[in-house]
Amino acid sequence: MQSKSLILPHPLPLDSGEALEGVSIAYETYGELAPDKGNAILLCHALTGDQFVASEHPVTGKPGWWERMVGPGKPIDTDRFHVICANVIGSCMGSTGPASDAPDGKPYAMRFPVLTIRDMVRGLVGLLDALEIEQLHTVVGGSMGGMQALSLAANFPERAARILAIATTARHSAQNIAFHEVGRQAIMADPNWAEGDYYASGKTPDAGLAVARMAAHITYLSEAGLTDKFGRRLQDRAEKTFGFDADFQVESYLRYQGSGFTRRFDANSYLYITRAMDYFDLAEEHGGLLANAFAGTTARFCLISFDSDWLYPTAESRHVVHALNAAGAPVSFVELSAPFGHDSFLLDVPELDRVVKGFIE
Amino acid sequence: MTSALRPDLAVILDHVEPGSRALDVGCGDGVLMAALRDQKHVDARGIEIDGACVERCVARGLSVVQGDADRDLSFYPDGAFDYAILSQTLQTAERPDRMMQELLRVGRRAFVSFPNFAYWRMRWALLSRGRMPVTRHLPVTWYETQNIHHVTVKDFEALADDLGVQIANRWFFTNEREIGEGGANWRAEYALFEVERSSV
Repeated sequence: MQSKSLILPHPLPLDSGEALEGVSIAYETYGELAPDKGNAILLCHALTGDQFVASEHPVTGKPGWWERMVGPGKPIDTDRFHVICANVIGSCMGSTGPASDAPDGKPYAMRFPVLTIRDMVRGLVGLLDALEIEQLHTVVGGSMGGMQALSLAANFPERAARILAIATTARHSAQNIAFHEVGRQAIMADPNWAEGDYYASGKTPDAGLAVARMAAHITYLSEAGLTDKFGRRLQDRAEKTFGFDADFQVESYLRYQGSGFTRRFDANSYLYITRAMDYFDLAEEHGGLLANAFAGTTARFCLISFDSDWLYPTAESRHVVHALNAAGAPVSFVELSAPFGHDSFLLDVPELDRVVKGFIE
Repeated sequence: MTSALRPDLAVILDHVEPGSRALDVGCGDGVLMAALRDQKHVDARGIEIDGACVERCVARGLSVVQGDADRDLSFYPDGAFDYAILSQTLQTAERPDRMMQELLRVGRRAFVSFPNFAYWRMRWALLSRGRMPVTRHLPVTWYETQNIHHVTVKDFEALADDLGVQIANRWFFTNEREIGEGGANWRAEYALFEVERSSV
């Protein structure tokens, strides 16, 4: 893997009470760090994202996941800003996760401690410490990345001057948890999962992981987007087959998404990261009142939601905005209109570009 | 700079204490907030329902929340601001009386401006043509207007009285210029009031 990487010098304490030794954080940077280190932007990736935000993915060969947002002259302008994007702990693109070797030389697998979003943020802050970046210009994140941005604001309020949280929430709803549970059960029902201990077997739980991805992928899209893209059109045939092949284009598309995903993602990482998201409840961490989470912050906030996002609908962002208002924090919020559902934050929405650029400049 | 502002906004800008905190309800594209910030170092926040306006505010570096003033003011704590500002928006409120109470709950003082429905051109249009007037300050027809509670200078003064609200200052405007107080109820095209809680 071509990423930069560093080993945290101290054990990383976790919300579970355990601590992880020798944590490795893999990261990418873009643009020059100013001599006063005042132009650093931390980008937090989503559930199945990684550090390759604006560079070719080493496994798939595809462009970075936010190539349209990050680069020279782009809304997050790498001619002006030093952009850092790290792989979260628990993931599988070079940061320590369940596929990494434990101190006994064998992969952690299910011996890996259960993580929280705050633990991931502790890992990111450990990286900032190592890079000697005291205060970030901005933390930017969408979806799970937005949870990290909010968690960083709440738990490390002095570490960022601006927080930009897109298509996200301060807590996972029952519906969010339910969809994740479907994915986890699909993985654990795959005989190749072998209680998570599959790394040496040469057989990975691809069928289960693909189903998990297919179910999740539906939640990232909108009904209108799916209808627009596929409707009830058939795939490469004129008639229904009266069987269980992928007759419909939408079936074929989901199968393609599912199988592609298994090439680049570790099934156990999917279990651990979805669990971390499900445990996320920023209010609960701060005495049950979300405004308390932001009581110590001096950062400026901007939240963005999309009208077609039913995974983290606008009401979730408003909930955060009201808490920030109650805490007296300077906050902006806008609901953008886009047809693509939750995935809108990754796609071509010019209004998003303008708000992001406007907020960070 | 000030001359570019609509006269009621220019008056507000003149009368806000430097370094204070202000909430601009229905802040549009943020022209007043930007002036308050740049000229008076005011910590200004906004509420605006139109997403395109919010986007322009964010691009100006302002803190503006997209939302509906009728509902969202309730999420702001008591006394969070020195000033609450409601320019040319009272007549669009679902309940202007409750809006006034909310303004003076979140703000110590409030500036409220509105088109005066008793302005003589309005009266004349209604009297002579018998149809709802369409003017510069009420520019859309009755069926598509957002203005659902037309109000006059006298009505507003009566409302303030009913609510036990003190009127600290009043300004009247016609043809984008300030006019005197005499006969304001028929002479003023629109009005601006500075009000405060009676207990203060």
